[in-house]
Amino acid sequence: MTNPYVLATLLFYVASLALYIWNLREPSRLAGIGATACLIGALGLHYVALLERSRQIHAVPYDDLFGSLSLFAWLLAATYLGLEAIHRRRSVGPFVLPIVLVVFMLAHLPEAREVKAPPAQGPLFAFHVTLNILAYSAFAISFVLSIIFLVQNRRLRGKKLGIVGWRFPPLDVLERMTRSSVLIGCVSLAVGMTAGLIWAHRLEGQYWDGDPKVIVTVLILALYVGYTLVARTATWRGARASMLCIFNFAFVIFSYSIVNRYLSHFHRYF
Amino acid sequence: MEIVLIGLSHRTATVELRERVAFNSEQAREAAEQLRSRGILEETMVLSTCNRSELYGVPGEQSADSAAAVELFLSSYHQMSPSELDGSLYRHRDSHAVRHLFRVAAGLDSMLLGEAEILGQVRDAYQIALDHGETGPVLNRMFQGALEVGKRVRNETEIGTRPVSVAFAGVKLAERIFGKLNSHRALIVGAGATSEQVVRHLVDRGIKQLRVINRTAEHAADLAKRFGGEVVPWENLTASLDWPDLIVTSVSSPEPILTRAILERAMAARGNRALLMIDLGVPRNVAPDAGNLYNTYLYNVDDLTEIVEQNKKARQAEIPRAEAIIEEQIEKFLHWQAGATTGAVLGELRAKLAAERDAFLKERLAAMPNLSAADRVQVADMLKDFTDRVVLDPAERLRGVPELRRKLQNLDALRDLFRLNREKP
Repeated sequence: MTNPYVLATLLFYVASLALYIWNLREPSRLAGIGATACLIGALGLHYVALLERSRQIHAVPYDDLFGSLSLFAWLLAATYLGLEAIHRRRSVGPFVLPIVLVVFMLAHLPEAREVKAPPAQGPLFAFHVTLNILAYSAFAISFVLSIIFLVQNRRLRGKKLGIVGWRFPPLDVLERMTRSSVLIGCVSLAVGMTAGLIWAHRLEGQYWDGDPKVIVTVLILALYVGYTLVARTATWRGARASMLCIFNFAFVIFSYSIVNRYLSHFHRYF
Repeated sequence: MEIVLIGLSHRTATVELRERVAFNSEQAREAAEQLRSRGILEETMVLSTCNRSELYGVPGEQSADSAAAVELFLSSYHQMSPSELDGSLYRHRDSHAVRHLFRVAAGLDSMLLGEAEILGQVRDAYQIALDHGETGPVLNRMFQGALEVGKRVRNETEIGTRPVSVAFAGVKLAERIFGKLNSHRALIVGAGATSEQVVRHLVDRGIKQLRVINRTAEHAADLAKRFGGEVVPWENLTASLDWPDLIVTSVSSPEPILTRAILERAMAARGNRALLMIDLGVPRNVAPDAGNLYNTYLYNVDDLTEIVEQNKKARQAEIPRAEAIIEEQIEKFLHWQAGATTGAVLGELRAKLAAERDAFLKERLAAMPNLSAADRVQVADMLKDFTDRVVLDPAERLRGVPELRRKLQNLDALRDLFRLNREKP
């Protein structure tokens, strides 16, 4: 972790997290703006660090776990920032930033210094990788939002709001934020998969080779599209939809870990 | 630039006394004008609300005991004997008066800690005084500072965010579930005083649509008319439950009017859309087990009272943060005040020295008839340079060292020493 950009990024993420927590504990306009500003700064620096890594391997970092995790952390933070700007809510930041920070630190452990050129390259492939990781990050945010929804819902039904209960976004806003992030994830995953299939066809002359990663990804897309369809129906709206969202994310974790590591023929960390 | 404050509030006076000493806006303007025209105060400002009547001012040069004169004025204006106000008035000067005003604007001196209405009242009172030229540089700065304090305390602390009335707590709970209420609908069951309080808050928070239902249709019509709602016949109560997002009940009934079975059917009809029920009736109007239905949130009076009590404690916990903001703003005001006073005193000192110098030159040069005109000009210039140089160093030190200004206690001693005329900065 000796790269100055990486260290500066870490510093900005930590500062952003501290300010988000401060803002949740003692809401203050200054702390809120500071948290967002630090996050923007961290995203800028993180982008430079990623760019540096990409230049070394002449591709989007995906082939090693660390590069992929770093890209995931960046996209997670960027997606959160987008949602924060759209919904004008900062109270979710203290719960998303720790994930960003942990993933970022994992990505930049000393082992990650050794970077190797991945076997697959090219703009279409880069598009495929980036969009798929963006989808995972959007699903990760929907997972966090769903947990917050369930906690807040439990507090409201149990009539025990406490300090945090008055500061979390309203349930309606949490639902809308979750749906927004799932929508981002579904669109990214659909377009990313399509790009991957086109790239595979160009390379091997066939769209589908039965790789388990592709099968699991189609399943994930189907699960999240299913969530989008049922989230506002009489049976599912509210807490049940949030539980479904949490359940779906288990498949994302499965895909990102077990499938990538042990089952896929050529997919690595995307 | 002394500041005086004479007043009484809910902390020091009974409501009967407060009513007698209250000023309406016309009286406030008139009283301020009289205080100035009688030479008691040079700058004045009357702040009068249902909980306080306060006179702020900057005394003129001739006002020997301005505080006593203001007290006398206050009693005579309201045709009372001064003894009737004994023990009820508070008197503050300078930084204590500033601190008092800043605490008032922040809602720390309010009957309901952190209430926001007082800031609007301070703003309105100041605007009236400003429009009629009753204030001057000191009170302008002081009241602008107070408005800034009020704004900062509301933005930077949570002293005013959490509801401390049962009716408002219910409405804030609705916002915790639905967010902004401008796209949501409320059904008010009952048209009594309690319902009206909730309706008032709902309308303030921008509720999209309102329906009122009551056994006595006239009362429902009256409430609906005043707040722009619609009336629903009492017989249609159960059929109306698929419409609202929020139901507020406050009717007198020995048995719950909304049972679990009724609400179960309503939830099915509304596609399980979230439903908040605020039951303000005693005995309760909504069956307690209805709160277990999926996507329903049920709060009764006791639940809301408990939330209110928690919020009151939370507001108390915010006081130190509010006080810190107040101290910071007082420091800023005092710094400005000292700077303004310094500028005025230095101006007076320069004018005094120039006058003394001119008189001295006139007298001495008259005794030297042989001196040429060019030499006279040169002597005058030399003396001017000398007097400027004498003033320059202390002037710079006074401007640059706030501690020195404090030591000189508003520079009154300097004024007296040099026999300077007191002028407004």
